[in-house]
Amino acid sequence: MRRFPIWSWVWLLIGLAYFFIPLASTLEFSLRMIKGRYTFEAYRVAFQDPRFYQSFGYSLLWAVLTIIISLLLVVPTAYWVQLKLPKVRPYVEFVTLMPFVVPAVVLTFGLVRTYGHPPLVLTTTPAALIVGYVVLSLPYMYRSVDSGLRAVDIRTLTEAAQSLGAGWGTIMKDVIFPNLRVALLSGVFLTFAIVMGEFTFAALMGWPAFGPYIEEIGAMRAYTPQAVSVMSFLITWGSIMLIQWVGRGGRGEVQISGAR
Amino acid sequence: MAVERFPRADTAPRQDKGDAPSARPPRKPFSWAWVGVAPFFLFAFMFLFLPSVSIFLRSFESLDHTFTFQNILDIFQKSDIRNAYKLSLQISTVTAIGGAFFGFLLAYAVCMGGLPKGARSFLLTFSGVASNFAGVPLAFAFVATMGNAGLVTRIIEGSTGVDIHAGGFTIYNFWGLSIVYMYFQFPLMVLIMAPALDGLRREWREACENLGGGTYHYWRYIAFPILMPTLLGTAILLFGNAFGAYATAYAFTGSFLNLVTIVIGAQIQGDVLYNPGLGNAMALGMIVIMSLCMLVYIWSQRRAARWVR
Repeated sequence: MRRFPIWSWVWLLIGLAYFFIPLASTLEFSLRMIKGRYTFEAYRVAFQDPRFYQSFGYSLLWAVLTIIISLLLVVPTAYWVQLKLPKVRPYVEFVTLMPFVVPAVVLTFGLVRTYGHPPLVLTTTPAALIVGYVVLSLPYMYRSVDSGLRAVDIRTLTEAAQSLGAGWGTIMKDVIFPNLRVALLSGVFLTFAIVMGEFTFAALMGWPAFGPYIEEIGAMRAYTPQAVSVMSFLITWGSIMLIQWVGRGGRGEVQISGAR
Repeated sequence: MAVERFPRADTAPRQDKGDAPSARPPRKPFSWAWVGVAPFFLFAFMFLFLPSVSIFLRSFESLDHTFTFQNILDIFQKSDIRNAYKLSLQISTVTAIGGAFFGFLLAYAVCMGGLPKGARSFLLTFSGVASNFAGVPLAFAFVATMGNAGLVTRIIEGSTGVDIHAGGFTIYNFWGLSIVYMYFQFPLMVLIMAPALDGLRREWREACENLGGGTYHYWRYIAFPILMPTLLGTAILLFGNAFGAYATAYAFTGSFLNLVTIVIGAQIQGDVLYNPGLGNAMALGMIVIMSLCMLVYIWSQRRAARWVR
């Protein structure tokens, strides 16, 4: 008979404690706004602030724009590389690793210095911000699109579509995208989770996103920041859960990503 | 004379060029396939390459816009900048080693430690969430945990009567931030080590036992050398992960801890170094260190792939 694996349990319990104690503490903290009782007062206060909705709305908008641009950039490229230019694959992979080499704060620095003055000014609009988010999303997007493309026989699908008279636009829209839908979702949700809580780009470029908003109320109030943190965690948690649920059966893969 | 020579210089070589291709083997026609990847590489060129080049070039620009090496030298010579790098390197090293060590033990526990199957999928799911839970909310979570009114602080005080914050102790320092970083460091290690541990084949252990080797020999001569590239690569990954982190540190300690990222962030918002070139040199220093990390990581990935089928 096997020995009871005591050490495994010890390490597992320490690990779970590390996971859950900060989460439980945040939740408990957020409920303590009224002395002596646990209430949802902090959440009520958080939801009363118009800037909560404003910053959340902005982040939502920018997240959607980031996802659209990222998809338009990555899907055709990954498809084309797979179909016609396998030689280029290492270079594309190299680019998708760049967010690690150029961390968010350094990329912001470079973007602000490069596009903060003519000939091309991007820092006066959220364009520079979204560019940064798209760069940040490249590793996740490329990985999920690439594994999706490997799973379906795109050459046959493309040839079948072509012999039925489809152009490239139709092939992308009606054949490739629908076939990648499930694979794309993990990249989409991860990008969504990251952009919704992103702080570095937005704070340093001065845009009122959700991340900087949480930081700002953290400096002003007690309890509400923790309430908003709980919500932010739920967004991350929900996104990852959706990815795992969508990608169930698939092998979990870790993609190297940029430091934020 | 100049006028006389002009038409010759202009037209004569052109005619030569016009004749030449017929003599050479026919050139490959321009492949339109490249146009398909043009938007992606144009994006990368404009928003990754150009900003990096800008940082590189301006690192060598002095205050009066002449070429200088002084900014690079300043990184090593100015004590506050050297200290910023030192602190960033220290915290990255500590959390990379700590995260790798603890993450490995956890991955080992759920993969080979005889725990029920559910523990493994549960831990991996949670690692996926935790490794992506960074930034401002994470910092606030730890303030609520071990800050002045945090749950752990109050529980310790309630059960032992000791206020851990009494006597000038603060969590908003090096070790406090290390504890916060560990929250996203060790889950990443778990996520990468679990598949690597699964890749250790039973046959290898049996072969070792057939040759009379024990657990020590198995780990010393088989499992550890095979896992080494993955271990090293992941530790490097964790190192870079902590080295580039900005949001978590900023939200947790404000600007008390002078990490490289914090200084660069301050430099973006206002020229705190009073020298734009020096700011660029600091950013360049980060790119250089992260590039080295990436090289080691890619190398380790190649080594690790040898044993994976």
